[in-house]
Parts: sequence; structure tokens; C-alpha cells
Amino acid sequence: MKTDRQLFEQYHQNLKREKRIIHVWQISIIIAFFLIWEAASRLYWVDPLLFSSPSRIFQSLLERFAAGTMVPHLSVTLFETILGFLIGTIGGVIVATLLWSFTRFSKIMDPYLVVLNAMPKVALGPMIIVAFGPGYTSIIMMGVLVSVIITTLTVYSAYNEVDPNYLKVLKSFGATRWQCFKEAIFPATLPTMISTLKVNVGLSWVGVIVGEYLVSKEGLGYLIIYGFQVFDFTLVMSSLVIIALLAAMMYKVVEKIEAWLIKHTK
Amino acid sequence: MVNFLTLEHVTHHYFSKEGYTKAIDNISFSVDEGEFVSILGPSGCGKSTILSIIAGIIKNTQGNVYLEGKPIKDSKLAIGYMLQQDYLFPWKTIMNNILLGPKINRKNTDSYKKAALELLQEVGLQNVENQYPPSLSGGMRQRAALVRTLINDPKILLLDEPFSALDYQTKLKLEDLVGTILKTYNKTAILVTHDIGEAIAMSDRILLMNKGPGSLAKIFSVPKELREETPLDVRKHPQYQILFDEIWEELDKREETGKVGVI
Repeated sequence: MKTDRQLFEQYHQNLKREKRIIHVWQISIIIAFFLIWEAASRLYWVDPLLFSSPSRIFQSLLERFAAGTMVPHLSVTLFETILGFLIGTIGGVIVATLLWSFTRFSKIMDPYLVVLNAMPKVALGPMIIVAFGPGYTSIIMMGVLVSVIITTLTVYSAYNEVDPNYLKVLKSFGATRWQCFKEAIFPATLPTMISTLKVNVGLSWVGVIVGEYLVSKEGLGYLIIYGFQVFDFTLVMSSLVIIALLAAMMYKVVEKIEAWLIKHTK
Repeated sequence: MVNFLTLEHVTHHYFSKEGYTKAIDNISFSVDEGEFVSILGPSGCGKSTILSIIAGIIKNTQGNVYLEGKPIKDSKLAIGYMLQQDYLFPWKTIMNNILLGPKINRKNTDSYKKAALELLQEVGLQNVENQYPPSLSGGMRQRAALVRTLINDPKILLLDEPFSALDYQTKLKLEDLVGTILKTYNKTAILVTHDIGEAIAMSDRILLMNKGPGSLAKIFSVPKELREETPLDVRKHPQYQILFDEIWEELDKREETGKVGVI
């Protein structure tokens, strides 16, 4: 017969073991992926000119960082993405709030929002460039456009799903519509807003990279297109690696912010 | 003397694209100050609609409602509303939940803190003011919700089945607590319920309602002997069973005639 303590220890051990197995698999997969890629490239299973190889990408990255030719591109794209993300998210929440405040306005806007949401936003790229000129503004606008409408719709529908009984309580105290918003609607939908943050990180990257494809003279999207045009696929792949790393980091940061917000707004 | 609360031929329709439903039809009654009235009836008979109209949350489509002789929309009297569940805001502490009413009415919330603590003590809640609602049990939360209602010093309390989501024992205790507090402060109250026992235990008068559309069927006066007891003791009183059976029979009769109507 085991004691309670021993049973708990055993449960704990099992958890740790499971976690270790998962980690081993995750690391093995990434190592295998790079090894097979490297081998395939060196043994000419695939065309090394098109698919490059991990070692060449690594070397190219080292050189570019050392020569200082990567950091400007990287920071421009990061700046555009963060700004697009912030404006898109905050803008979406503001528009959703306006829709909620004016019921008739939201009914009028409904078909337009549906069309805008269904439309592939990147298709508007050329129009954005014509409107805002070939520069940062256009690219940031692309980042905003991709995320703002879905944020509006998600947050607006979350506003409407708040349990009407909370409003009943507030109205029995004589609350105005704005007070209802401040005391019940907004705090109740905060979790939804936080989860849209995570979606918007990914969406802003899409907008910004496509924007850079179309117009820019710098940035990671520009490097990808440039590498493609001069047939330097090592550069294309290097940029992709950087994008993957930055996007993952940004996602992690948002996750941290989420955890903090949940803890402090409960 | 004018009645404290008067409903005159109140009718309410709920409209939708497909048509309309008449929730309540031609309801008239009045309530005196300090009186406790129960509205008893099957679910869907428009009991809650009556409360929402008195609270001014929905506007009745026909008829008039007067509070202290004034139309309800002109009345500035504080109204307390308790719902089936506590609806404490989970992101606010118990104290901030309680201070919600004063805050909405732009009063200095600090001056209410002491009263809030006293009321919490009175309903048997101690050291909970800094906790969040999810960490309290159902009965404790409903008691906190009662404090949130009472802090505004409402002249009339509207109780929309506030005990129905609780387990039996908690329910009886809370009935007792609410009954005693309301009597002490001489508050007027209207309780909506489908529980015959609860209606008898707590009220001075019972309004029995018909279903579809909701209308007044019969009014029972609770005997004086029962009115003087606390809700818990009423249930042990010999008179209690007599009134219970009488109401039960009346409800039964209506159910049967209702069935005939459907066939």
C-alpha cells in the first residue's frame, strides 16, 4: 500500500517523464529535418541552387549580420508589423465599440462589413499603394487592413454575447448605456480581445510581408522578392528563417502579455 | 391615501418578425408600503415580465404603472432587483460588486464602505470583501447579491426567483434571512416564484397567475398567524398545510381546464 505522498510523487514523475518524451521528439524532428535537407542538398537529391542548404543559410546569415546588412531590413519589417498589429487591434476594438453604441449604425454597416470580411484584403494592395504612396504608410496600412475587420467582427459579436442579465442588474441601478459598457460589456469581453491579439500577430505579418512584396525597397519581404529575382535562394530562405523566428518571438511576447492581463484584470 | 405601487390594466406584448406573443394580459393590482407580495404561477406565465416592467427595464405596451402615485418612468425611487442567479461581476471583488450601485449613481463610494461591511456582517458574510465571486459558494454569492441590492436603500425589492438555483437547505436559510431583513427595514417586496411553500412562507398576499397569456387568477391572503412567523417557522405551522392544499387545488384545477382547452 502506497502513501498519499508516494502516489503524488508517482503522478509527478509520470508528468515529468511525459514532458521529457515530448521534448525529445520535438528536438529530434527539427534536427532530422535539417540533416535530411543538408544531405539532400549535398548529394544532389534536390537542386542545391533552388533549395539551398542549412549550412549555406547559416553562413549567409552570419555574413549578413556581420556586415550589418540584415539588421536594417529586419527592424523595418518588425516596426511595420508591430505598428500594423497595434493599429489593427485597437482600431478594430474602437470600431466595434462604435457599432455597439449606435445600433442603427451597426445595422447599416452590416452588409459592408460582411463583404469586406469575405474579401481577400491583400487584393486591395495596389489600391492602398496608390492611395498612401509607395512607402511605410502603405505597408503599415496593409498590416492594419488584414487584421482590423476580423477584429471588429469578433469583438462586436462578443459584445453582443455578454449575458443580458448583467445589464439588467446595472439598469436596475439606473445605469446609462455608456456605464453598461464600462462596467459589464468591456470587462466581460476582455478575454475575447486578448485572444484576437494572438490571431492578429499572424495576420499583421501576412499584411506587411505582402505589402513589402508589392512596393518596398527594404524589409524582409523585399529581401525575399529580391532574392527570388536574382535567383539567390539562400537569401530567400534566410529571410524566411528570420521571419519565422521573429513571428514566434512576437507570439510569445503577446502570450506573456495575455497571461499578465488575465492575472491583473480578473 | 395612494397605494405604494399600482398596476392598472397592464398588458405586454413581445414582438418579433414572425408575430407577437402576449406575455401578460390586463393585470391590475396594488401593493401597500411594507407589504410582501408573491406572484405564483407556472413557468412562462409572464411573472418575470411584470417585475421587469416595475423595474422600468421594459416598457409595457398598454396600461399604467404608478409608484407612489407617479408614473414609473418619472419615479426616482431606488428599486432593488434580485435575479435567479447572483450575477455578481466575476472580475470585481465582492466589495466592488456591492459598491456598484453607488458608483453608477456617482456617489462617493468610500462613504458606503462601512455600511457595506455592516450589511455583509448582517447576512453572515465575513472577510469576503476582497475575494472574487467565483471563490464563494452559491448561497454566499446570493447573500452578497442581496447586500449589493440593499446598499442602495431601495424602497421596493423585486425578487425574481432568487432562491431557485440553491440547494434546499441553503434556500430555506436564505428565505429566512431575506424575510427577516425585509421585515426589519419595513421594505416592500414582490417575489416571483413557482414554489408554493416559498410563497406562503414569505408573503402577506399571494397572486396566483394563469398561463398564456399571463393573467391574474386568484388572490390569496396569508392568515395573520403565518405572517407573524419567520419563513422557517411558517412551514411548521398547522395553518401552512391548509393554505398549501388550497393553492395546490386551485393550480391543479387550472392545469386540468388548461388541458381541456388544448384538446
